[in-house]
Amino acid sequence: MSSRDSILAAVARNQPEHIPLPEIPAFFSGETDVLEKFTSVAVSIGSKVFRVKDLEEVKQVLLKEYSGARRIVSAFPELADIGEVYIAPATDPHTLANVDLAVLPAQLGVAENGALWVTDVQLPMRVLPFICQYLALVVPQKNIVPLMQQAYDVIGAQEYGFGTFIAGPSKTADIEQSLVLGAHGARTLSVFLLE
Amino acid sequence: MKETKDHAALAEAFNADEPRVNWHDETLWFIRQKRDKAAHTVADWELLRETASQIKHNVLSNLHDYLLQFEANAKANGIIVHWAADAAEHNRIVHEILQKHGVKQMVKSKSMLTEECHLNDYLSEHGVEVIDSDLGERIVQLAKEPPSHIVLPCIHKKKEEIGDLFHEHLGTPAGMADPQVLTEAARQHLRETFLTRRAALTGVNFAIAETGEFVICTNEGNADMGAHLADVHIACMGIEKIIPERKHLGVFLRLLARSATGQPITTYSSHFKKPREGHELHLVLVDNGRSIQLGREDFRNSLKCIRCGACMNTCPVYRRSGGHSYHAAISGPIGAILAPNLDMKKNADLPFASTLCGSCSNVCPVKIDIHDQLYKWRQVIVKEGYADTKKTLGMKAMTQAFASPTTFQLAGKAGRWFMRHVPFAVSNKMNPWYKQREMPAPPKESFGEWYLKNRKKKNE
Ligand code: SF4
Repeated sequence: MSSRDSILAAVARNQPEHIPLPEIPAFFSGETDVLEKFTSVAVSIGSKVFRVKDLEEVKQVLLKEYSGARRIVSAFPELADIGEVYIAPATDPHTLANVDLAVLPAQLGVAENGALWVTDVQLPMRVLPFICQYLALVVPQKNIVPLMQQAYDVIGAQEYGFGTFIAGPSKTADIEQSLVLGAHGARTLSVFLLE
Repeated sequence: MKETKDHAALAEAFNADEPRVNWHDETLWFIRQKRDKAAHTVADWELLRETASQIKHNVLSNLHDYLLQFEANAKANGIIVHWAADAAEHNRIVHEILQKHGVKQMVKSKSMLTEECHLNDYLSEHGVEVIDSDLGERIVQLAKEPPSHIVLPCIHKKKEEIGDLFHEHLGTPAGMADPQVLTEAARQHLRETFLTRRAALTGVNFAIAETGEFVICTNEGNADMGAHLADVHIACMGIEKIIPERKHLGVFLRLLARSATGQPITTYSSHFKKPREGHELHLVLVDNGRSIQLGREDFRNSLKCIRCGACMNTCPVYRRSGGHSYHAAISGPIGAILAPNLDMKKNADLPFASTLCGSCSNVCPVKIDIHDQLYKWRQVIVKEGYADTKKTLGMKAMTQAFASPTTFQLAGKAGRWFMRHVPFAVSNKMNPWYKQREMPAPPKESFGEWYLKNRKKKNE
C-alpha cells in the first residue's frame, strides 16, 4: 500500500464521529469610522498612511518621501514619469534585487489589523513587494473593511495564483524582543488611501 | 544514541543562573501580556476562539475527506503533492526533489515540522547545505542549537551572545550587540542567500481543502523571499493543518498573531495557490504519528494546535525551565502532549513538567484542553510503567490528595485545589522540576474564598 493510501486509511479509521462545521457568526466590529481605525492600527504597526485625492498626489508624496530612490517600479501608468511601469512577464525575478521603491495597487484594506490584500493579478512579479527596499500600496478608501471576515467576503472565490495580506514593513523581534523594522522584506510601507 | 537527560535535570541546569532565569521568565511574561492586550481589543474574542475550536473539531472528524479534497484541488492548481508516512519518508522525498534538480544548497523558512523530522541533519549528511532564513532560526543554527520556542526560536539567547556569533560568522565588529545593527547584518547576509538559492523550503500554517491553496505567515518576509526567487518551492505540512474553506482564514488569522506576539496580524499572510509560470511547487503531506494521535480519544485535540506559542509564554514551568529542557522539537505544554505520542518512553517525563495550573488552556486560541491532557498522559505513562520513581511518587501524592478523579473532574481544578491546600507539596522536592522557587500564584479567577480570606488576614 502506498503511504498515501495507508495514511488515508489510518485517518479514516481513527477520526472521531462527524462533528458539523459551525456557521461563522457575524462578528461585532463596532467601528464607525473604518478609515480612522485603519489609520491608527496601520501606524501602530509601523506603516505610514496618507489620504490622497488622486495618483498625482501619490506621486508628489513619493517624490518627497523617497527622493533618494534610484530604481522605482510601479503598476500605475500614471506614474510613468517617475519609474518603470512595465515588467515583462518572462523577467528573471532576481533582476528586481535593485528595486528601491515599488508602488502597487491593493484591492482592499482591513481596519482591525492594517493589512492590505494584494494578488498576482495586479502584481507584475510575485517577489516585487518583498524584494524592494521600500513599498507603497495604493488602495481606494471605499475598499477598507472593518474585519478579516468582511475581507474574505470580498475575496470570496477570487482566482489568483498568489495573494498576500501585507501589514506594515517587514519586521523582527528575534533579538531580545527588540523590534527592528526591515528584516528581509521592505523596510517601510507607505499606504495611500485614495479618495 | 546518547541517553537524553530528563526535563527535571535539564531544568535544574537552566536554573543554575538565577538572574538569567528571571530574565527569561520576564521576557516571556511580557509577551503573554502583549497577547492579553491584543485579545482585549477584540470584542468577540471568546466567540472567535469558540468558532476556531469548532472548525478544528469538524476538521478532525472529517480529515479523511478534507485531505482528499485538498489533494485534488491542489493538483488541479498545478501543485505536486507528496505523502510521507513518517519523518524518514519526508526527508527522503525532499532530498529526491533536490537531487532531481541538482540542488546542493537550499534556503529554508520556519518549519517546525522539519525540526520534528530532523531534516537539516539528514540533508547535511547527504551533502546538501541548508540555511535557515528566519532570523531567530539562523541564530540558533549558527549556535548549533535547536530552536527553544516555536515562534521565538532564540528567546533564550542574550543579545551579547548573538553579537559574538555574528562576529564569528558574519563579520560584525567584536562586542557589537545592538539588535538594529545585528538584524541589518543578517539582512545583508541572507539577501545574498535568497538571491543564490535555487530551492526554497517553507512550512505551512493553513491549507484550504476547498481551494487547494496554502497560507504561510511570517513577519520577516523570509518565506516569500525564498519561495518567489527559487526555481523549486517545497512546502511541508502536517496533515492536521487543513481547514475546510478559505473564509475560515478570517477566523484563524485574527487569532494567530494576537495569541503569538500580540500583533493584530503577521506582516505577511501569503496564499500560495499555483506555482509560478514555468516553476515547480511541491507540497509534502506528513503523518509522522498524527493519525495515531487522532485515534487517541484523550489526546486527539492536541491536533487542533495552530502553533501560536501562547501556551509556552504563559507557562510558569516553561518560563523558568527554558525550551531546551523539553528535549523535543516542540517544547512547552503542547509539546509535552505531542511528544509522548511519538515516543512514550523517551518523553515520559514531559507531561510531569507542569503545575496543571490551567493557564495554557485559558490562552489557547483553539481551546485545547492542554492541562487536562497533560494530566491524562501522566496516568497513561504511570500505567504503562514509564514513569521513574521520583515522578511516580509525586504522582501518587497528587492522586491520593484527589482521592477520586470523579471528585475533581478537571485536572486544572484539581491542580488549583492542590496548590491552594497543600502548596508545599507542589513546590517541595517531590516535584522534580520545581526546585528553585516557591510556586507562582495561581490565576486570580480560580483562587476562591480561601485565598481571599487569607489575603484579607494578611492585610489586616
Ligand atoms: S496548544 Fe494552543 S496555545 Fe499552545 S501553541 Fe497550540 S494553539 Fe497555541
